[in-house]
Amino acid sequence: MNRLLSSEFLYNYRRNLPAIFGSALLVIFGLMALVGPLLVSQNPYDVSQLELMDSFKPPAWLEGGDSRYLLGTDGQGRDVLALIVYGARISAFIGLTAMAFSCVIGTTLGLLSGYYSGTLDSIIMRIADIQLSFPSMLIALFLMSAFGTGIVMVLIALTAVGWVVYARTVRGSTLSEIQKEYIQAARVAGLGNFQIIIRHVLPNVMTPLIVVSTIQVGTFILIEASLSFLGVGVPITEPSLGLLVKEGFDVLFSGIWWTSAFPGLFIMFLVFGINLFGDFLRDELNPRLR
Amino acid sequence: MLGYTIKRLLQMTLVLFVVSVIVFLMMSFTGDPVFMVIPIDSTEAEIEQARRLLGLDRSLFSQYWIFLTNLLQGDFGRSYVFRQPAMDLILERLPATIEMVLVAITLATLVAVPLGVYAGANPNRPASRGIMAGSLLGISLPGFWVGMMLIFFFSVRHQFLPSSGRGETIQFLGLRLSILTADGWSHIILPAVTLALATLAIILRITRAGMMEVMRQDYIRFARAKGASRRHILFGHGLKNALIPVVTIFGLQLGDLIAFATITETIFAWPGTGKLLIDSIYRGDRPVIVVYLMLTAFIFVAINFIVDIVYTLIDPRITVK
Repeated sequence: MNRLLSSEFLYNYRRNLPAIFGSALLVIFGLMALVGPLLVSQNPYDVSQLELMDSFKPPAWLEGGDSRYLLGTDGQGRDVLALIVYGARISAFIGLTAMAFSCVIGTTLGLLSGYYSGTLDSIIMRIADIQLSFPSMLIALFLMSAFGTGIVMVLIALTAVGWVVYARTVRGSTLSEIQKEYIQAARVAGLGNFQIIIRHVLPNVMTPLIVVSTIQVGTFILIEASLSFLGVGVPITEPSLGLLVKEGFDVLFSGIWWTSAFPGLFIMFLVFGINLFGDFLRDELNPRLR
Repeated sequence: MLGYTIKRLLQMTLVLFVVSVIVFLMMSFTGDPVFMVIPIDSTEAEIEQARRLLGLDRSLFSQYWIFLTNLLQGDFGRSYVFRQPAMDLILERLPATIEMVLVAITLATLVAVPLGVYAGANPNRPASRGIMAGSLLGISLPGFWVGMMLIFFFSVRHQFLPSSGRGETIQFLGLRLSILTADGWSHIILPAVTLALATLAIILRITRAGMMEVMRQDYIRFARAKGASRRHILFGHGLKNALIPVVTIFGLQLGDLIAFATITETIFAWPGTGKLLIDSIYRGDRPVIVVYLMLTAFIFVAINFIVDIVYTLIDPRITVK
């Protein structure tokens, strides 16, 4: 059964051009973030490798460009491509980690909420309701301004806004799963609640989780970029893609566009790739949502 | 209906109360506001006195009580920076934000609904696939970056549109508005487009999903059999019935737009509430942040309330409990 499912999955994947394009983008970006530092000639955070003479070089194909710097350099002579490669690692790390945290917390709360219902359920769901009536960007911005900035704070803020989606999704599927006979059978067989939740409910609510998680990574990367752009995200010592765009904003008015255009373009394609693939997963794994 | 309305109003009050507690608690974690108001070279005794004056020497609970009673009496505190009532500062800037948000959502709806109807009614045409891919790209765009690129293209490179400010405004019904002058329009168009993109993509996708669902229904087939024109089927029968999720998302998006206006206003130096919020965060101007959050909380809750009421008006099948 599993094999059949996966082969049909593969068959549809091969016929779905956007999905292939999306995952190709992800593979390219993933590789870039992983081994990119080996491919670029410069470590932009090692001051000894920087040449101030090379500051604000335009991209290589433009007049005045330097073939050593494909996408140009910034005000300190740092290679924009190298900055992007290093920044992408930070952005991807934040997106994935925040996804993992909010997935674990949200799923746990969702399982408990759906399985036990009652008071716990209403408390969790009321909190979720209140939180969902506010845009996640605003909540994250507020948390960052209240508790200070830094990577750890960004992760906490993203987790705080992200768990709701998981809790809701998991609670919904849990509610419909526990009606089914195999759960009743497990109860009759004398399994404890914990066993039933972990061994029987959880595996059966995983599918929508995969879809939600994919999309969430993209959302988190965008929120983090916005926070960093506003100056309440990651610190200047660990610049994500969003912070690179912010730094480029200051020189945009003197006509230097490449220091902000390329990091932003990179965010766009990264999130676009995630969304294309996520869309495909959603259609495949959950045809009801199509 | 009346009972439902009252119940919802009570819920709204409860939500606002919870928000006030959260906002208050969070704000009491953000450093010591006493250093915002005293000169740097103050003595220990002066600091203590300022603390007493601000009520910071009391317990957290009694501080909250004072905060809440002041809120209810319409006293929202004074900005540490401007030394003016925080509420006045925000209300003064609110028309600018609302104006931009309304232009953005109008723009988004005007483009998104027809495209969504088309893509939903003809899901297999290449044009529909193109529209859907485009909308996915719209969701993936970092809004601040789009704004910057628009500035670069239209203001720096071609000097065609201004990059900052509201331009010439005209007093209308006591509000200063940009959309009444040509100069104002030239200022509002770039920020509004920046703000509209993500919303456009979302409204488009919801409209399409709703249309695809509706087009399968028997009454559409019946309308076809009856010989109704395609236009009438699409907009009279189809869109009308696909509107419910669109209205929900419309309300949510209005809230999102107010939140994202903070970014857009920062980029375009648009003198609205969002820019005030960001500036206040930088300056640690706590009263302004608190009032902004309470006011936006109120606006969001009110939007949700209105959306719920609007449901019953557009779909008689939904009856309130």
